[in-house]
Order: sequence, then C-alpha cells, then structure tokens
Amino acid sequence: MDDIILKVENISKQYRLGVIGTGTISHDLNRWWSKIRGKEDPYLKIGDTNDRSVKGKNNYVWALEDISFEIKKGEILGVIGKNGAGKSTLLKILSKVTSPSTGIIKSRGRIASLLEVGTGFHPELTGRENIFLNGAILGMTKPEIKSKLDEIIDFSGCMRYIDTPVKRYSSGMKVRLAFAVAAHLEPEILVVDEVLAVGDAEFQKKAIGKMQDISKGEGRTVIFVSHDMDAMLKLTKRCILLENGRVKENGATGKVVSKYLSDQSVEKSTLQWEKEDAPGNQFAKLLKVSVLSDDNSVKFNFDLTEKVFIEFEYLDLNEENKNTAILHIINEFGTTLFASNEFDNPEWESYHDQKTSKIITKCAIPGNFLSEGMYSVLVAVGSYNPSMVHVKIEGALNFRIINNPDILKTQKNVGGKWPGLIRPMLKWTIEKEGI
Amino acid sequence: MKQTKNTWLFEISPKKNLFAFDFREIWRYRDLLLLFVKRDVITLYKQTILGPLWYLIQPLLTSVIFTLIFNSVAGIKTGEIPPFLFNLTGVTAWNYFKDCLTNTADTFKKNEHIFSKVYFPRVVMPMSVVISNMLKFGIQLLILTFFYLYFVFYQGYDIQPNIMLLFFPVLIIIMALLGLGFGMIISSMTTKYRDLSFLVTFGVQLLMYISAVVYPLEVIKEKAAQYAWIVEYNPMTTIIETFRFMMLDQGVFTLNWILYAILISGLVFLTGLLVFNRTEKNFIDTV
Repeated sequence: MDDIILKVENISKQYRLGVIGTGTISHDLNRWWSKIRGKEDPYLKIGDTNDRSVKGKNNYVWALEDISFEIKKGEILGVIGKNGAGKSTLLKILSKVTSPSTGIIKSRGRIASLLEVGTGFHPELTGRENIFLNGAILGMTKPEIKSKLDEIIDFSGCMRYIDTPVKRYSSGMKVRLAFAVAAHLEPEILVVDEVLAVGDAEFQKKAIGKMQDISKGEGRTVIFVSHDMDAMLKLTKRCILLENGRVKENGATGKVVSKYLSDQSVEKSTLQWEKEDAPGNQFAKLLKVSVLSDDNSVKFNFDLTEKVFIEFEYLDLNEENKNTAILHIINEFGTTLFASNEFDNPEWESYHDQKTSKIITKCAIPGNFLSEGMYSVLVAVGSYNPSMVHVKIEGALNFRIINNPDILKTQKNVGGKWPGLIRPMLKWTIEKEGI
Repeated sequence: MKQTKNTWLFEISPKKNLFAFDFREIWRYRDLLLLFVKRDVITLYKQTILGPLWYLIQPLLTSVIFTLIFNSVAGIKTGEIPPFLFNLTGVTAWNYFKDCLTNTADTFKKNEHIFSKVYFPRVVMPMSVVISNMLKFGIQLLILTFFYLYFVFYQGYDIQPNIMLLFFPVLIIIMALLGLGFGMIISSMTTKYRDLSFLVTFGVQLLMYISAVVYPLEVIKEKAAQYAWIVEYNPMTTIIETFRFMMLDQGVFTLNWILYAILISGLVFLTGLLVFNRTEKNFIDTV
C-alpha cells in the first residue's frame, strides 16, 4: 500500500465533437439551467464509446472511460494503444493540462510531464536561456537548474551551441536539449510521451539509459507512452493497453505488447489473385500464397510441434534469369527471424529453364522450431545476378504458434513463455557415470 | 506515523472549488514568473531596427497628434499646463493600463501551445506580462520626465509635482490590477467565444475617450454635464486624473475618489482571478 505513488480511480473524460462554437451557448445555458435545478448535467449522460473509425450517434464521446490503475514507486509504466485510444488524453489529465470529467487521481509525488519536448522553447533565446526557461516551466526553481546546468549541457551534447539562439538549432539538437532538461527534473513522477521518436540512434540509447537510471537509481516513477514497441519492451516491465478509451490489458509488458500486436492483425492464411490483376512485373506474377498444415489445408493456429508450410504459386515469365520464391518470417516484435529461398532446393535450376510456366513451391518450417507467438510472412519473388525483386508483399500472411499442453508430447516443459526468439528442439547427449 | 504515510500529496478531480487559489503554488513558481519577464524583455525587440526606441516613438507621436487635434483644432483648454505635456502625461499612464489589458487578454490563445503541454499555475503568464510592461512604462516615464524638465527650465512654465507623488507606486499597482483583471476576464471568455477578441482593441480605444486622457475632467463637466458621470465613475479617469495631479499639480483629487478606484480595481482583479481560475482547468478542450 505504502509504495503506491499514484492511484488513478475511475477516470473518465468526455469531449464534444464537431464544430466548437455552434450551439455551445445553448448547451451552456441548458447545463446551467439543469445545474440550478439541482439536476445532473444532461450532456454527461449521452456519450458513445470512443471508436475513431465508426460514425458516432451523437456529438459527445468518452475519450476515456473508467480508467483505473496504480503505479508503484520507482516503476516504469508503459501505455500503448492505437491512435485515438486515449493515451494522450490520459497523459494530459495526469499532467493537469486538462481535468477529468469524472473520477479522481491521487498522487504522492509531484508530476512533471514531457508531453512534447521543447515546450516553451523560445527560438530567439540561447540554449542556456532556454534551459532555464524550460526548466522553470517544468517546475524547477532557478537554483535547482543552476546546480544541474553543467550536467544538462553535458547530457545534451550541445556544449558548442549553448550560447546560440535555439532557432539556429537542428530539430534533433532541440530535442536533445529539451530531453536533457526534462531528464534532470526532480519530480517523483515523470510523464514521457514519444520523445524517442526523434533524435539519432546514439541519443535514443542515451535517453533509454537515462530513463532506466531515473527509475532504478533515483527511485523515480516514469509513465512512458510510445508507439515504439522495442523501446517499450526495453524500458518497462508493466504496461497498459488502451482501446477506445478503456483499459484493455494491464500486465507484463511482453504479454500486453504481443496482445496489442496480434489484435491488430487479422488472420491472413491465404492470398489469391486472378491472372489479370496479379501483383508482379513482366518477369514474375504472384498468383497465390498460403499457410498450410501438413495435410495441405489452410491453417492459422499451429501447435509448437507442428510443421508450418508456406506455399507459393507464381507465373514464371523470366526468360533471362532464374526466378526464386523468397520468404521472411517476422515475429510479433518486428524482428526478422530468418529468410529462406526456393533455390535451396537442389533441383531448383532445372525447374527454371527460362520458359514461361507456373511454379508451385512449398517451404516447410519444421515443428519444434519457432517459439510461441504471432508471425507474419513477407513473400517475394526475385532473381539473382543481377539481384531483382519482381514482387514483394510485406505481411502477406500470418500464423500463430501456440503451446497446446494437451497434445504436448515431445516438449516436456509447459509453464509460461520460453525465453528466446526461437524454441528449437536440439539433440542432447547424455552420459552417466556411476560414482 | 501510519497516517502520514497514507496521505496523498495532491488529488486531481473534476470538481474545483471556485475560491481554491493555491497561492503557495504561485509562489513556488516565482522563478518562472521572472524568467517569463526576462524572456519578454529580451525577445520583444529582437530583429527590429529601432529596438527599444519604439518605446519612445509611440507615446511621443500619439501626444503630438492628440495635441494637434484636441487642443489646436478642437480647442480643449488644459489650464496652466502646456497641452503637449498634458497629453503626454495622460498617454503614458494610459499606455501602461492599455498594455496590461491587451497583452493579457489573449493569454490562453497565445500560449495554447505551452498550456496544452505542461502544467503550471496559468496566472503566472498574465502576471509576467504586467511586470514586463512595467519596464516599458519606466522608460516612458523617463521621457515624460525629460519633457517635464524641458518645459520647466526652457519654457519657463511653473509646474511642480505634488507631494502625493510619493504614492505613485500605489497608483501603478491599481492600474496593473485593473488591467490584469480585465485582461484575465477577457482572456477567459475568448477561449470559448472568439468574437470577444475583436471587441478588445476597439473597446479599449473607446474606453480611452471616456477616461479623461485627452481632456481634463473639469472640461467634460462643463461642456457635457449630463454625460460627465460616465467619465467620473470610470476608475481609469480617477487614475489618470490622480496621476496628473501628482505630476502637474492640476486635476481633481479626493481621497474618496481614489478609494473608489482601489475598490473597483480590487473587485475587477478578484473577479478576473476567479474567472481565470475556472477557465484554466478545461480551456484546452474549448480553445
């Protein structure tokens, strides 16, 4: 109980859609009229779920609905969700930029936000002056900033330009400076939104490291919002998934992230085209790709032990070179596990004799090899020497590997997700010596 | 011990007490206030050719034109005081009030990009405007003093400041409160109803004509007696007249009248603070 630093209870936020300014006075009067009669706000009752893509029935929506969670001291909490899921609204409420329509947030520490870095930077002021201004906007006092000035300048890596007006800075430098100021803030809770999207790789690494230091070494709490799942996995242990203004998942980051990613993809087990509109060029046209099980039926969910077959059907029109089907297997975190080529078949050359034909080829991915999770397949047809890609479709297919304990015969361990990107069954030799 | 552990530092909730001012919080952000002032001062005239000279040109030209139109053409008498000095005195004081009002009237709109990202007591922003305007006012006062001395020593006018000049700082505070109060009220209203911002420039100009800037109060009492009360009950008239009374020892000054002005500006300021306070919590949704 005592180590809970922030408690969010049933927070909701209502917004009015459409053109602000038409009818607001009448609505305001209506509100005021029901208020003096001691009635409820008439517009707080009607409200749709916040789904961006569906046309709503009325002009009021709940951007957030009944959000509750707790954060422990020193924890980094991630918040993920699609655009418009309510992430920014939540952060705005947390950082007191706007207030909730209902609900309450209780906090044991000061909250400082970094909703977009460089807030309040004035282009005419120098870097140094902006450090002071920005720091003060974020809630630091002048002596506090002064004592950390050298550290901030050093962290930003903008020493050379520190007395140059910020308008001469590159956008990356501005971000560095701004993040440096924010990272040296003193508040117990830091709210960070999408900072890592900018800045070069070196700085991103530095920023991630600093955020880890903040929570581990200095015991401060961070709420981190990003679309960068990689950074999310690196930084946070716990994560909240927002969907249409509600908390959909709240748990270990790995689980929540994969849930989020798999939610986004629909089952794509087969793709087929007519000859006329088949994707490709004059060398090759893709007719059909599918994920098959060993009985040649289209399948989405595979058991750990099962073989997964990826089948290609394409028109080989290449009269100059030998075509090959290519596939990439990409896991739910966006990492390409491996690529494979049709030319791995020893008789490949004999099938591609520079005559127009239809090729049907199938790649077998062994069972007991991929670990559990969602996979997407990039399919392509190309030729080598010179390298040419005739057709390429990212995320053309997908499938899921599940660990079904009922039919688990070969793999003995069941509990939980295994570490590692793949989960191969390898040969172990055992010897036993009597002592 | 157990109890102290369970208390929360603060809570964020939709309901807000109308009178809940966190003055300690504003105090905690005093450095920010000063930094905003510094920012305004540094950046105002960057990349202009004449720079702070604009501070001087504007009141001087205004006074010259006022003198031509109201004194030479319209023939308004200013008593013992040379018309130019009379006008310059009025314009200098008026300008400070006007700047306080117009520069704070668009607080929410102008700072939307900051306000939508970070929280700090919003009232710091208009307060900083009022303070940074004081610098401009100070420079304009120097000009006024310069011409004052010119008229006394080279033109041989017998003008003396009044002992009440000692209370000049009080007058500045009244002006600042009045301008700030109106500015905060207007800025809060413009977040929802944009039309008001069109009214401000226009309204302020009209207000000047009923604030005894370009004529002594006695003149209007003489010439348009039935409308004189409008001018008389206008707290800005009190301030301008009092200022002239302090500087030039000419004009109407009574204690009741100045108390009235203090009361009104206090009320306006408090109302402004209330309205502003109410608006700051949700304005980002309506702006």
